[in-house]
Amino acid sequence: MTRPEVALAGSSRGSGPLLQVRDLQVRFTRRGRPPVRAVDGVSFDVAPGQVVGLVGESGCGKSVTSLAIMGLLPGRGVEVGGEVLFDGSDLLTMSKDGLRGLRGRDVAMVFQDPMTSLNPVVPVGTQVTEVLRRHTDLDREQSRAEAEQLLRRVGIPDPSRRLKEYPHQLSGGMRQRALIAMSLACKPRLLICDEPTTALDVTIQAQVLELLKQLVHETGTAMIMITHDLGVVAGICDEVNVMYAGRVVERAGRRELFASPRHQYTAGLLRSIPRLDAVKGGRLTPIPGSASDTLPWDRGCAFAPRCPARAQDCLVPDLELTVDDERPHHRLRCVHPVPPGGGDA
Amino acid sequence: MTGATSTRVEAADRPGGDVLLEVRGLEVHFPIRSGIVLQRTVGHVRAVDGIDLDVRRGTTLGLVGESGCGKSTFGRAVLRLVEPTGGTVRFDGVDLTTLRGEQLRRARRRMQMVFQDPMASLDPRQDVESLLVEPMRAHALEGGASAWRARVRELLDLVGLPASAASKYPHEFSGGQRQRIGIARAIALEPELVIADEPVSALDVSVQAQVVNLLEELQARLGLTYVVIAHDLAVVRHISDEIGVMYLGSLVEQSPSEQLYTAPLHPYTISLISAIPVPDPEVEDRRERILLAGDLPSPAAPPSGCRFHTRCPFRQPTRCDDEVPALRELAPGHRVACHWAEDVRDGRITAAASSHDPTAAGQVVDQARAPGVG
Repeated sequence: MTRPEVALAGSSRGSGPLLQVRDLQVRFTRRGRPPVRAVDGVSFDVAPGQVVGLVGESGCGKSVTSLAIMGLLPGRGVEVGGEVLFDGSDLLTMSKDGLRGLRGRDVAMVFQDPMTSLNPVVPVGTQVTEVLRRHTDLDREQSRAEAEQLLRRVGIPDPSRRLKEYPHQLSGGMRQRALIAMSLACKPRLLICDEPTTALDVTIQAQVLELLKQLVHETGTAMIMITHDLGVVAGICDEVNVMYAGRVVERAGRRELFASPRHQYTAGLLRSIPRLDAVKGGRLTPIPGSASDTLPWDRGCAFAPRCPARAQDCLVPDLELTVDDERPHHRLRCVHPVPPGGGDA
Repeated sequence: MTGATSTRVEAADRPGGDVLLEVRGLEVHFPIRSGIVLQRTVGHVRAVDGIDLDVRRGTTLGLVGESGCGKSTFGRAVLRLVEPTGGTVRFDGVDLTTLRGEQLRRARRRMQMVFQDPMASLDPRQDVESLLVEPMRAHALEGGASAWRARVRELLDLVGLPASAASKYPHEFSGGQRQRIGIARAIALEPELVIADEPVSALDVSVQAQVVNLLEELQARLGLTYVVIAHDLAVVRHISDEIGVMYLGSLVEQSPSEQLYTAPLHPYTISLISAIPVPDPEVEDRRERILLAGDLPSPAAPPSGCRFHTRCPFRQPTRCDDEVPALRELAPGHRVACHWAEDVRDGRITAAASSHDPTAAGQVVDQARAPGVG
C-alpha cells in the first residue's frame, strides 16, 4: 500500500465518496437478555472535502457509529454487521494489522474529552511524534520539528516549550488542539470528530471550529462531525444525518434541513431550543418524554411515543428511509412529516 | 402549604419590587498552600473578587461566563456553602456573612440550591420520598410525618411527576426526571431564593426545554426569586430578567437580559455572543465572528489593569494594561466595566486582528459580509 498524495487527493479526484457506510449494525449482546441494537442499519457516504454531521441525543448511536467505523469497539459482547468501505476496502473485515496501518494515517479521530484521550504520563510532544514515527519515515529530529509545526498550526503558542509539557499543564482548549494536531499529523483523508468541542468553553469552541473548517477547506479532508449541538452543525456541516434510536431519521443538506425540517423529531428539536438571535419569546416547546421512551423499530416508528403527529399508521414495522417527494436530496423516515416550509407550524 | 402560599402571592403581586438579595464586594479567595508539614500560603486563587449585585424579589438573575470565571463559587458563597473571605451578602435585610450556627441553619430554609448533575446530588440509596422528606425533617416542618408525606405528593405533582415516583430510587428515572426531583427538593421548604447552578446543562437538548419551562412555571406560581448560573447564553437569556457576565472573578457587565443581546457593551460580552453557534445556517454563514485569542488567564495571577486586556480584540495602548476599570452605568440598569465602552459602542474602536498567530484567532472573520445578529 503506497501512501497516496493526500493533501490534494480529495480535490483532484472529484467527489466520489471516500467512505461508504452501508447498513451498519452494532448489537451489544447481553447474557440472557435480547441484544441492544445501538446502531440499527445506518448508511451514509462521505466525500473528500465534505463534512457530514451525525446529530442526535445521547443514546442515539452516533458515537457507536464512529467507533464501529474506526474498529475501536471491543471484540467481546459486540456484533458488528454491514459494510464500511474506505476507498473501496471494507474496514470491518480488514485484518488488525491493516487497520493499524490505516488508523492515525488515513483515518484519524478526535475525541470529546482530551484529558482522557491523552496519556497523562507522557509529554505531549512524544504523543504527537509517536504518530509520525509510526507512520512516516521521519527521524527523531525531523518528527520533532514537524510536531512543532503542527502545534503552531493549530494555534498553540510557544510550541517548542509545550512539546515538553504533560497534558495536565495545558488548558482544556490547548489539550483539545494538541489532540487535533495529533490526528492531523499524517494528513488523514478522513477525520472523525466525536463531540470535539463539547467540553470546551464557547470562545474556545469558536476557535477550534474555525480551525477544523479551515483544515477541510485547505486539505480536502473528509470529515464526520458527531455532535448534539445544532448550532455547531449549522456552522460546519455540509450534509446532516439526524439519528434517533440507532437509525438515521432524516438526511439533508444543512440549509435545507434547518430551513425546512421534515421529520417531526428534527422539527421538535429545533423548536425546543431557545435561540440567541430570535426575539425573546414566551414558553419553549419541549419534546415530551425522554430518549428512553422509544419503540423498537420493528414495531413502528421509534419516535412515535413522543411525536405530536403520531397516528395508528406510524406503527408499521421497519419504516424505510425514503426520498422526499419534493426534494431529491432529502431523505426521511416518517409517515406524517412536517409539511414543507412548515418548520414553525 | 396554605399560610406560606398566601405570602407568596403577595410577593408575586409586586414584581420587580424590593431587593431580596444584595451582594456587596463579595470576595472568595482560596489559599494556595505549599509544603507538606508546614503548609505556607503562597498565594490566592481569586475565584470571586469583589462583586456587587442586587436581585429583586420575584425576578431572575442570570450569571454567565466561561468555566473558571467564578460563577459557581459566587452562587455557593451567597448561600455560604463556601465561606466568603470578604464583602457582605444581605438577604431580605439580614447580613448572611455574620450569621453563625443555628441562625444560619434557619436562614438556609429560605434559600435553596439546584445542582447541575442530579445523579450526583441525589443519594442513590434514598427513595424519592425520603429525599424530599429529609429537608422537612431537618427543619422540623410543622405537621409531622403524615403532613410531610402529603407534601411530598404535592411537590411531585408540582414538578410534573406521578405520585408513584415517591417510592422509586433516583436510578429509575431519566435525567430530566431526576432534575425534577432535584427541583422538588429545593422547593420543599418553600424557599424565597433558589440558586440554580447549571440546571439544564447535563440534560439532553429535547429535555432541557421541559426543565426550563418548569422553572418558569414554578416561579410564576410560587413567586420564587432565581439566580440561574449557566454557560449557555441562549438558555440564560430565555429565563432571566437580568444578566450578569463574569470574567475571571469579577463582573464585567450587567444589564436587562434583552439589552445584553441587542446592545452588548463590554468587549468580552460582544465576543462571547458572537462565538455562540446559532442553529441556522443562513445566520451562521454571514454573521461576524470575533475569535478571541488564547485561553482564560489563571485566576491565581490575574492580569493587571483590566483582566480581559490579554485577550481583548478592542485593547487600546493606554489605560487597559494598568488601570482597573470600574463598573459604570451607561444606560439605565446597564453597567459595564470597560474604559472604552462608549467608543466600542459607537464604532470608534474596532476589533483588531491578532498579531501572534493567524490560525489561532483574535481576528474578525467574515467581516466583509453583512453584519451578523445583534
